[in-house]
Amino acid sequence: MAIGMSAMLQASGLTKEFKGFVAVNNVDLTVERGTIHALIGPNGAGKTTCFNLLTKFLQPTRGTITYDGRDITSLSAADIARLGLVRSFQISAVFDDLTVLENVRIAMQRRRGDSYDFWRSEVLLAQYDDEARGYVESVGLGDFLNHRAAELSYGRKRALEIATTLALEPDMLLLDEPMAGMAQADVDRISALIKRISEGRTILMVEHNLSVVANLSDRITVLARGEVLAEGDYDTVSKSPEVIDAYIGAGHD
Amino acid sequence: MSTTENTTKAALPAMTHTVGMPRHQKIIFVVLLAVLIALPFMVYPVFAMKVLCFALFACAFNLLLGFGGLLSFGHAAYFGMASYVCAHAAKVWGLTPELAILTGTATAAVLGLVIGSLAIRRQGIYFAMVTLAFAQMVYFFALQAEFTGGEDGIQSVPRNDLFGLLPMKDDLTFYFFVLAITYGGILFIYRITHSPFGQVLKSIRENEPRAVSLGYHVNRYKLMVFVLSATFAGLAGATKSQVFHLASLTDVHWTMSGEVVLMTLLGGMGTVLGPIVGAAIVVTMQNYLAYLGAWVTVIQGCIFVIGVLLFREGIIGVLSRILKKPL
Ligand SMILES: Nc1ncnc2c1ncn2[C@@H]1O[C@H](COP(=O)(O)OP(=O)(O)O)[C@@H](O)[C@H]1O
Ligand SMILES: [Mg+2]
Repeated sequence: MAIGMSAMLQASGLTKEFKGFVAVNNVDLTVERGTIHALIGPNGAGKTTCFNLLTKFLQPTRGTITYDGRDITSLSAADIARLGLVRSFQISAVFDDLTVLENVRIAMQRRRGDSYDFWRSEVLLAQYDDEARGYVESVGLGDFLNHRAAELSYGRKRALEIATTLALEPDMLLLDEPMAGMAQADVDRISALIKRISEGRTILMVEHNLSVVANLSDRITVLARGEVLAEGDYDTVSKSPEVIDAYIGAGHD
Repeated sequence: MSTTENTTKAALPAMTHTVGMPRHQKIIFVVLLAVLIALPFMVYPVFAMKVLCFALFACAFNLLLGFGGLLSFGHAAYFGMASYVCAHAAKVWGLTPELAILTGTATAAVLGLVIGSLAIRRQGIYFAMVTLAFAQMVYFFALQAEFTGGEDGIQSVPRNDLFGLLPMKDDLTFYFFVLAITYGGILFIYRITHSPFGQVLKSIRENEPRAVSLGYHVNRYKLMVFVLSATFAGLAGATKSQVFHLASLTDVHWTMSGEVVLMTLLGGMGTVLGPIVGAAIVVTMQNYLAYLGAWVTVIQGCIFVIGVLLFREGIIGVLSRILKKPL
C-alpha cells in the first residue's frame, strides 16, 4: 500500500455469537481510505453478519470498531449512518410505495436534520427535486422519476438504491452483493457506476462475482466460517491454497 | 432481471408529480364539507355527530396503521379515557365544551406517550398484543376507579356554553361545533400524512432497516405517530361524550378497539377517505339495525368478512385502484 494512507474503517477482534454459534470470530479488518475493498467468501461465511456488526445493525459480542479515527462501537445504527458510513442490503431495499424521486428525496431530507415537523406541508421538499433528479439520472433512471419503486425491475431497484445512498453523500459505502441476481448488462453498468462513485470515497463490498471483484477492488479479504482466511490483492488471494480449498470445500461455483 | 424487461411498463404514462394536494382531492374535501353541512338537515343531528366522531376516530387509527404501519388493538383506551376525562371535566369541574374536550384530548396524548413508548419496542403481532394488554388495564381502571362511575359511567354530562358565551344545548347548533372539530381534525391528519414527517413515516412503513441505514431514528418517528394517533382518537372520544352527555364502559371496551379496526379496513386503510366511509357505514348499520339487538354484531361480522374477502383493499382502496387516483 502506498505511504500516506490511513485507515477509514477498522475492526479489531470483532466477534458475534448467536446462542453459542460463532458467526464471526475474532475478525481484524482494516479498510484504507479511498480504496475499494472486497469481502469475499463462501455462503454462510459471515460476510453479511460482519456488515451488520460494522453498521451496528447487530451488537458485537466482542471487539471494537473505529471509523475515521473515532470509536463507534457503542453508537446506534442511525447515528453511524449520520457519520457518513452508509450500508446497503443483500436484498434490494427500496421504498416500494414511494416514487423513484421520493425514494431519493428521503435521503436528501436528512440534510434538514430530523423531519419531525408533521404540521408542515411536504411541498417544501420540492426544494430537493432538482438535485434528486440529478442522482436519479446518474444511475440511468431518468425516465422513471415518477414511477413507484415497486414497478421497477430488479436491476433498476438496485440502481435506485445506489442513487438513494449517493444522495446522502456518504464518505464510505458498505455494499452487500450489489450485483446478485443481475443480468450481465446490469452488472457492467453497476460496476462502472461503483467505479465512478468510488472517486473520493471508501467502499467495502461483498460480491460473489469474482471478475467484478478482480476488476474493481484494490484489496480483498477472504472470510470462511467467520474467520479471516487470507488478505491481499487479487493475485495473492486467488493463489492462496487455503482460499482455493475453502471455495472448493464449500462447493462454491 | 434485465433492464429491458420492463419496457412495457416504462411505456405507460408516468403518474404526474403534483405539488401539494392533488386537484381531485381538493374537490373531494370541498364536496365532503358541503355534504356534512347539509347532513344535519337530512338526518338526526345526534346521529350525524356520531358519524363525525367515529370518522375522526377511524382517521386517527388509520394514521397509525395505514401510514405508520403499526396495528394497535387497544385504541379504545385513548378514545374511552378521553371521553371519561372530558365528561368529568364538564360535569364536576364545570368546564366549557372546548376546555373539557381539550382536557380529555390531552389525557389521551399522555396515555399514548406512556403506552406508546413501551409498545414501539415490539414488532408486528407483539406490538398489537402490548397495545391490547395496556388497553385492558385501562378498561379495568375505568371499571374500578371512583370518578368513572363503574357500570353506570358518567351520565347527564352537561354541555356548557361554548367559550362561556354560546349556548350549545341545541343539537343542531352543537353539530356545527362538532363539524369544525372533526373536519379540522381530519384535515390535520391529512397534513400529517403529507408532511416531511409523513414522508419519513411512509419510508419506515415500507422498509424499516433501510430507513435506519439512511440515518433515521425510527423509534422516535413511531412514537410520535403513536402519540398523534392517540391524541386524535382522544379528540374523537372526548367530543363524543359531549354529544351524548355520556361516558361509559362501551367506549373503553376492547370491542371498541375492534370496531375501529373494522371501519378502517372496510373503508380502506392507508387511504384518505376510507376510514370516513367505513365509519359512516358501520355507524349507520348499527343505528338502523339496532332493533335486531345482538344480531347487529353478527351482521357486522358477516359484512366485514364479505367485505374483506371481496375487496381486500377496502371500498375506497378498490375505487382508488380502478380510478388510478389516490382517494
Ligand atoms: N440472526 C441470526 N441468528 C442466528 N444465526 C445467524 C443469524 N444471522 C446469521 N446467522 C448465521 O451466521 C452465519 C453467517 O451468515 P451470513 O453472515 O449471512 O453469511 P454470508 O453473508 O457470508 O453468506 C450463517 O451460518 C447464518 O446461518
Ligand atoms: Mg450474505
